[in-house]
Amino acid sequence: MSTDAAGLGRGRAVGFMVPALVLIGVFLVFPALWTIYLGLTDFRLTGLAAADPKFVGAENYTAALGDERFHTSLWLTVQFVLGSAVIGQAGLGFAIAWALRDRSGPVRRVVEGLVLLAWILPSSVVAFLWIALLDGDQGTLNALLRTDGFAWLLDHPMASIVLFNTWRGTAFSMMLYGAALESVPPSHLETARLAGASAFQQLRDVVFPRIRGHMLTNLLLISLWTFNDFTAFQLTAGGPEGRSEILPVYIYNVALNGGKLGFGAAVSFLVLLINLVLALVYLRLLRGRRGVAA
Amino acid sequence: MRPARMLTALAAATLALAACGSEGSSSGSGDDNTLTITANAISGGKNAATADWTKNWLIPKFQEAQKAKGRNVQVTFQPNGVDDEQYKTKIALDLKSKAGADIIDLDGIWVGEFAQAGYIKPLNEAAGPEVDKWEGWSQIPEAVQGLGAFEDKKYGLPQGTDGRVLFYNKKLFAKAGLPADWQPKSWQEIIDAGTALKKAGVPTPLQIDAGTAMGEATTMQGALPLLVGTGSEIFADGKWAGGSQAVKDVLGFYRQIFTAGLAEPRLQQEAKGRDKSFQQFADGKIGVLAEGDYFWRSVIEPKAGVAPMQDREDTVGYALIPAKQPGAGVRGQDFVSMSGGAVRVLNPNSKNPKLAWELLAFMHSAEATKEGLIGEARITSRTDVNDEVLKDNPMLDFVAQKVLPITSYRPGLAVYPQVSVALQEATADIVSGKSVEEAAAAYDKKVADLVGPENVTR
Repeated sequence: MSTDAAGLGRGRAVGFMVPALVLIGVFLVFPALWTIYLGLTDFRLTGLAAADPKFVGAENYTAALGDERFHTSLWLTVQFVLGSAVIGQAGLGFAIAWALRDRSGPVRRVVEGLVLLAWILPSSVVAFLWIALLDGDQGTLNALLRTDGFAWLLDHPMASIVLFNTWRGTAFSMMLYGAALESVPPSHLETARLAGASAFQQLRDVVFPRIRGHMLTNLLLISLWTFNDFTAFQLTAGGPEGRSEILPVYIYNVALNGGKLGFGAAVSFLVLLINLVLALVYLRLLRGRRGVAA
Repeated sequence: MRPARMLTALAAATLALAACGSEGSSSGSGDDNTLTITANAISGGKNAATADWTKNWLIPKFQEAQKAKGRNVQVTFQPNGVDDEQYKTKIALDLKSKAGADIIDLDGIWVGEFAQAGYIKPLNEAAGPEVDKWEGWSQIPEAVQGLGAFEDKKYGLPQGTDGRVLFYNKKLFAKAGLPADWQPKSWQEIIDAGTALKKAGVPTPLQIDAGTAMGEATTMQGALPLLVGTGSEIFADGKWAGGSQAVKDVLGFYRQIFTAGLAEPRLQQEAKGRDKSFQQFADGKIGVLAEGDYFWRSVIEPKAGVAPMQDREDTVGYALIPAKQPGAGVRGQDFVSMSGGAVRVLNPNSKNPKLAWELLAFMHSAEATKEGLIGEARITSRTDVNDEVLKDNPMLDFVAQKVLPITSYRPGLAVYPQVSVALQEATADIVSGKSVEEAAAAYDKKVADLVGPENVTR
């Protein structure tokens, strides 16, 4: 069998690839290399080191790896990804898709519409609404629950942003699972039901094996998005006392507010590495699945 | 055929865009006479009076004056209404990318680090020798000129200065059996007043800014006035204050008011805590609040303030900040304060540096300065204006007569803002319940890392 299915020939195939490769080079590879370089200097936003940055070797990297605030931030990010993306968005998204799978009409349209609306609204608008909801002094939630003065964003900052991000991003998982569930032949489910399988058994033995690829792809995408998500900043700014300072917020706080651009670049590069590892794990899992299927 | 048509379309689109782009900037005669002013001020919000003065008086007047000279000048105002730290980041990024407004409002304390970074240039380098000939210099006292200077070079024109005092609510004081003309003579008397207010059911007796969310306000309104009250300064004789007994005394005072429930930790932790504390003071929920005269003229101001108090004149009192004990303050003083002030600088990347200087000088003329006081009375940098207006304003007269003679200034060094952050973090540790020893030790280590252990006093 010919490997050149489109019949382009090597020259034209390269021609098609070049624009994409140039874009990737200019906007991805070069900035990544530049970040590594900046991370090796004491570059600052203001002061002498802004005009004349000095090469400091791996100092920023070792400082970051030894920084307690970085460790805390990494751990909070893991909680944020697991809580809001893996459990929250993927779990809730699947639950909604499953519950609506053979419904049609107004109920489905309203539910889908509301979930989608949370996803498509601009993040600053959404953040403002959530602050109005959770504010300790005049918040809507306190008015509803009659718990006046309970400062949700201060006493439970992580839980607040996990909940917020779940609400915000469930739409993607819901739509992806909704489409995936349509690929499960109804006859298989019917057969399983007739054989007396419980709902859990149907999910485990019929549905999940069929949509495993979709689930992994979804988890890969939303984990990476959530890992790098900055919207939570607009709710808590990483506070109070860094208790919701996930990595992107940490980088912003040290690099731009604290002015330590070199140190911020070093941390950014570490985050890039973590993202690559995360992506590799998922891709490995996906490939393993294909190997079995073939 | 196809590619050709596409190119034509692209070219047409680019031309159209270019036409749009240039329409706004080149006006009239063809030479580019546009200027932009920026400040952390916005109509209906933060520093509204400054924003309104700039838009409604300054810009029309300047354009008119230029028109009389036969020049068609277009001036625009870029408003901001955010926390000072965010504004600073924005301006630094603007200047770093060689963009930004022609005339920029800065806190005087940022001048050093911006100058060292090469973001701003001395005024006479940016605009030429006419700067030194300006009539206004003779009207600005040396100490006030220092606000816009770094290493003996003038980078900015100071707008004025201010002083820190204790504001208190006389109605709440009456409820707690405290005098209407309150003047504490020691830290203990502040705590005593707080205790009495608490007993009388005032939700938050004291608000002394603390924590990192408040940014420089914590240092300027809280930590530093307390520090000079122990007789010590943040920077003296070439050395920075480390985890010394004086710093421990300051942290100890914070710890005392937070553990005794006299102050509200959450206000210090919230992202919008400072704005909230203003609102709560205006709502009569806070007994005593330490602030600069900015609070009087721009926050609780009955008309344009962000948290207006209609009964400001009758309800709000002000007192000097006492030293730890009488005579324990810096220079052996009984009372202390801190001062700073904003300056305006020229953007060295301005396309019209001469014209920008003309506008800047006009902004600081006696006429413009006086006009700027209509919405918002304050202590200006010009002696001629102050002599004329301050006598009608008891609060500002109080600051000018009683506070400025005993005040202290922050060191105009580039590393200061980082030391300030370390100090804020130490107070944040206290707010979240850490001990004085722990917080002081962590602070000491940070300062030693910043300036080198040999430059720290302990």
